[in-house]
Amino acid sequence: MEQPLIDIRNLQTQFFTDDGLARAVDGVSYSLARGETVGVVGESGCGKSVTALSILRLIPNPPGRIVGGEILFEGENLLDLSPAEMRRIRGNDISMIFQEPMTSLNPVFTIGNQISEAVKLHQGLSRKEAMNKAVEMLTLVGIPEPARRVHEYPHQLSGGMRQRAMIAMALSCNPKVLIADEPTTALDVTIEAQILDLMRNLQSELGTAIIMITHDLGVVAEMARKVVVMYAGKVVEQAPVETIFAEPNHPYTQGLLRSLPRVDKDATGEKERLQEIPGIVPSLLNLPIGCNFATRCPKALPICEEKEPLLEQVGPNHLSACWLNH
Amino acid sequence: MATDALLEVNNLKKHFPIKGGVFSKTIGYVYAVDGVSFTLHYGETLGLVGESGCGKSTTGRTVLRLLEPTDGDIKFEGQEITRVDKGEMRALRRQMQIIFQDPYASLNPRMTVGSIIGEPLEIHKIARGSAKEDQVSSLLQKVGLRAEDMRKYPHEFSGGQRQRIGIARALGLNPKLIVCDEPVSALDVSIQAQVINLLEDLQEEFSLSYLFIAHNLNVVEHISDRVAVMYLGKIVELASDTDLYNNPQHPYTEALLSAVPLPDPTIEKKRIILQGDVPSPINPPSGCHFHTRCPYKEKICEEEVPEFKDIGGGHWVACHLRT
Repeated sequence: MEQPLIDIRNLQTQFFTDDGLARAVDGVSYSLARGETVGVVGESGCGKSVTALSILRLIPNPPGRIVGGEILFEGENLLDLSPAEMRRIRGNDISMIFQEPMTSLNPVFTIGNQISEAVKLHQGLSRKEAMNKAVEMLTLVGIPEPARRVHEYPHQLSGGMRQRAMIAMALSCNPKVLIADEPTTALDVTIEAQILDLMRNLQSELGTAIIMITHDLGVVAEMARKVVVMYAGKVVEQAPVETIFAEPNHPYTQGLLRSLPRVDKDATGEKERLQEIPGIVPSLLNLPIGCNFATRCPKALPICEEKEPLLEQVGPNHLSACWLNH
Repeated sequence: MATDALLEVNNLKKHFPIKGGVFSKTIGYVYAVDGVSFTLHYGETLGLVGESGCGKSTTGRTVLRLLEPTDGDIKFEGQEITRVDKGEMRALRRQMQIIFQDPYASLNPRMTVGSIIGEPLEIHKIARGSAKEDQVSSLLQKVGLRAEDMRKYPHEFSGGQRQRIGIARALGLNPKLIVCDEPVSALDVSIQAQVINLLEDLQEEFSLSYLFIAHNLNVVEHISDRVAVMYLGKIVELASDTDLYNNPQHPYTEALLSAVPLPDPTIEKKRIILQGDVPSPINPPSGCHFHTRCPYKEKICEEEVPEFKDIGGGHWVACHLRT
């Protein structure tokens, strides 16, 4: 079997705050193969974004620190690299796009300038060559009149356009991995459809592997081949996308799927009450003993509040961390 | 006159002037709401759905006269309220309340939860002192919180809990109408379900009518009896929730429905991908506002504004090609 492109092994990232220690990422492992799309799904505070920022070593220190584990990129541990070596990877081999394009694009530079910055830095292109590349990228991401818009500032573009510009920036050096952190959450649904379509097309054209971080299970169903479900800093379930939706194993995944209103189901005329997951996510500063989900779990056993369940195989390529599987 | 219409809105308009130049002259308008008409019946949930800038939130606020209408009529329980004076409007506001989108911005961080929920009861002279405390206590429990929570401050609660506090505040006066302005959009998925269920339970218990504003079609379809789709200041389609999904008439509604990502990887969706972005409400396109992005556009669409027509069974559409 081919070596994974990215292999996260037992990653631990913590934040040292005035209120205590937050175990934001508490022993997370998953991998990304060449050209694959992995969907990482979970709610606020589950650690999906912090894991992604850890890959690129963008965790602000203080108060954050990667305290354990390994992040292998093509077999090499990124956590061992020097700052200079890491800079050669960012934007070049591994790129990232963020949720809010208005806050992640620099407002005082044109988008052409921002897109060409990466190619000038990593590929040593001249200013003119880099600007041509920027226009090429804007065309690739479907921005109309690219030669004109390359000289515009972020505030002159709409939300969807800014996200396209950010994708252009991220893909300008043809990276092997694109980390997309909630790329469509801030966009209207018709624009979201455009962006997801664009990402799929670019992936098939450029062969980029994508880590798609989202809380939207619909987006995951559309984009991902493999799904990683996270809760309160841990991976609770991992499976191929069809399996996650057809045979979810972990009670949290099951609860999440049952609590979703569905436009295609509700319109049959028989409205069913949503099955909610009671309670709220525990504070990362004060995680319970045992399984983090036990207090909200409808199927909790006594052992769930005593010992933490480990991720185990429950089917082909299907892992789940739950005592019910014993 | 007997009517089962709680709220009747007729040709409502809200235009925001844009000032510019040295003397702050009005140089243009944002046509946020540009001729919206609908009826909300007793005990009904009418969903108002659309994307950013379509005017749905502005409609919700204008209906309550939190923003003054530029034109049009609003009737509440058969009474014309568009031009009544402030005193009368305040009395009427006991019957019409609002829940906001941002659970962090809609509660005063310097007031205790008890004060926040109790304030409307005091202002409208419904209860004071220990009677007020009893009511606040009861309201808190109704929304799934505890009576002791009234001594806490908003920052001590999660987003979903704060939204519950906002709901308790709206319920206090026992209103007939509650405008829900994107009440679950800022919440996590598992908390959304809790709040949606709560709203439905309260509706049944207190015979409430909701004007439910949201951009998430899944949520709107679930909670609404009828749904109005807005685009650039106008309602383009209005139908029962089942009719809208099973028989969408307006091309924008079709595109909207096809764009929603469904949590089912086995469904192969035929996507209608709209080209381009939503035009600006400062300078809306001529004729049908949607013509610049419509896959079926014809010449008449560029020239004439389509009429909002009843095509039967309570299904209304504004489209030259479908009526």
